[in-house]
Amino acid sequence: MRLIKKIGEWFDHRLQLAAPIREAAGHPVPRNTASWFYVFGSAALTIFLLQLVTGILLALIYVPSAGEAWSSLQALNHQIELGWFIRAMHGWGSNFMVAIVLIHMVQVFLFGAHKFPRELTWVIGVFLLLMTLGMAFTGQVLRFDQDAYWGLGIGASIASRVPILGPFVVKLMLGGPIIAGATLSRFFALHVFVIPGLLIAFVSLHVLMVLRLGINEWPMPGRIVKRATYEDEYHALTKNDGAPFVPYAIWKDMFFAAFIILAVAACASYFGPFGPTGQPDPTIIQTAPKPDYFFLWLYALLSLLPPSLETPFLLICPPLVILGLILLPFLSGEGEKSWKRRPIAVITVLMTAITLGTFTRMAQFTPWSPHMNAWSGDPVPDRYIHGTTALERQGALVFQVKQCRNCHSLGNTGGQRGPALDSVAVRLTQDQLIRQVIQGGGNMPAYGNNLSPAETTALVAFLETLHPATQRPARDAARELVLSNGGVKTSWTQP
Amino acid sequence: MSTNTVRAAPSEASLSRRGFFMKLGILFNGVAAIILALPVARFLFSSIIRSRGNGYLSWVRLGDVNNFPEGETRMATFRNPLVMPTDGKTVDTACWVRRIAGDQFQVFAINCAHLGCPVRWFPQSGLFMCPCHGGAYYRDGSRASGPPERGLFEYPYKIENGTLTIDAGQLPTPGDPVASLTSEKPLCA
Repeated sequence: MRLIKKIGEWFDHRLQLAAPIREAAGHPVPRNTASWFYVFGSAALTIFLLQLVTGILLALIYVPSAGEAWSSLQALNHQIELGWFIRAMHGWGSNFMVAIVLIHMVQVFLFGAHKFPRELTWVIGVFLLLMTLGMAFTGQVLRFDQDAYWGLGIGASIASRVPILGPFVVKLMLGGPIIAGATLSRFFALHVFVIPGLLIAFVSLHVLMVLRLGINEWPMPGRIVKRATYEDEYHALTKNDGAPFVPYAIWKDMFFAAFIILAVAACASYFGPFGPTGQPDPTIIQTAPKPDYFFLWLYALLSLLPPSLETPFLLICPPLVILGLILLPFLSGEGEKSWKRRPIAVITVLMTAITLGTFTRMAQFTPWSPHMNAWSGDPVPDRYIHGTTALERQGALVFQVKQCRNCHSLGNTGGQRGPALDSVAVRLTQDQLIRQVIQGGGNMPAYGNNLSPAETTALVAFLETLHPATQRPARDAARELVLSNGGVKTSWTQP
Repeated sequence: MSTNTVRAAPSEASLSRRGFFMKLGILFNGVAAIILALPVARFLFSSIIRSRGNGYLSWVRLGDVNNFPEGETRMATFRNPLVMPTDGKTVDTACWVRRIAGDQFQVFAINCAHLGCPVRWFPQSGLFMCPCHGGAYYRDGSRASGPPERGLFEYPYKIENGTLTIDAGQLPTPGDPVASLTSEKPLCA
């Protein structure tokens, strides 16, 4: 034991690290911050370290070449002992990291920790969030499969819309004229060198500032932050009602860190690794690319925005949101910290969460995408053709073969791009049906050039049978009047 | 804690002499940085520099004209003109060829004009449909419905000795539809 102590002393005499470490570990924190609400920052750091380790392990096998990346992932999944588990840990770790960083951010915001004097800690935190999302996106690219390939196309298409600079940004992003080897190589460099390097630097700064400025005290309604007095108040608080960070507060961080690692491992071993999906071969077009979980909301938004709003929205909103996040501590650097007295803050968080949650949920169903195989895979249910005439049955065939099913559902099968047609006859009269089929409109293509008059007649005859037994189909009363007079001008047109 | 005492202010002469050398040192490093920055920037932006003046585009053969029956739209694949050793299958590109009649063609990019997903042709309904965000186009490539703001991207084509050739080599995107760049050049038929 004495030998170990002596060796330790020898090293510390040269390193001079024991004193600052002891000081950092023993620095007093307000007693009420030893709370389960304060564990998310250290949990984010824990997962980041986990990602570093699993990332390095994956790099032992992974080949960052467009020609071989996909097969090297297959080797990891199927040939290398426990390769699948390390891939799954890294993939689930990524999801957990984004989630924990977001939770950490919400907690910090609701507890007013972004206020004076911790503005810069918040701003660096915003950069850390952006880098985390950058890691998630570039990581998805390294899983060089069909989703990654077409996802890059989507990224390039968005980037190309930047005025004037767009085409250059695309070339810079792709490293050439098309998505190819150079593209994967530069995303590899970003994912493995550039962003992690920045992350390590910024995380260190972030943690250092938390140590120097002290952890945010538990917010009390009515305790107002003022630039002139806050720091004295905080020091008085840590002096009078403080306790050393180690071990008073750190045990909860340690428990939660271990819990998170076990949770990632549990998800990894139960659900397994993500993909890779099909080979990144652009000539295989039977694919429906989808982004990873934390970009699904964007996928939904891009489908639902009106076309004319899309480009302005994409180019204006992200910079505005980032600018707003950066400016937040400077706009509200003083005042109430407690979320109980900050209703707008609470509503903002709730609205953002509900909006993103709704979009994410919708993107899991993709009601806006045509079901490419519905016309051949989902037949018109039997009950819709019972007791129909030959013409109406012909119409059902037209309905099927002209791929109407890809966008319209019948009996809950088929696409959801257009409205379900189970009771369309109640909504539209015969004339309106003919017009809609031939001219389209309301986000439906016009079929006038693609249906013969006979096909249109049959199709509309079939559509007219689509109404509940208890409801009569819509009809145009005036039209019947005209027809019943045998085409003779009716009295009301002749005064 | 360090106990360094603040030194007395150095004399005027030594300040200017040391200060001068420090400034010279900064200047010297600045020159080195600029000399290094130029090749680094050229390397970093090489993909942009090369793209100026349609540097990536060239005529690519799609095959015999008779492979494409009149009145039909068929998928064709070609190898991107620029190939790097590590590109793998990514240089194989697909496109849709519509032979209207005789030597009249339309060659559409596979990429949706919305966000670049691969569109599929449905001859029965005469529509191109996109699996991502639900864009749809008519047989002539014009926009039918959904989020795209324009019709499908078209490659300029020509027929040489009975072979269909297109001017390709770059990913078309909404902000850089490529074909419009070259369509100003006279198409030799």
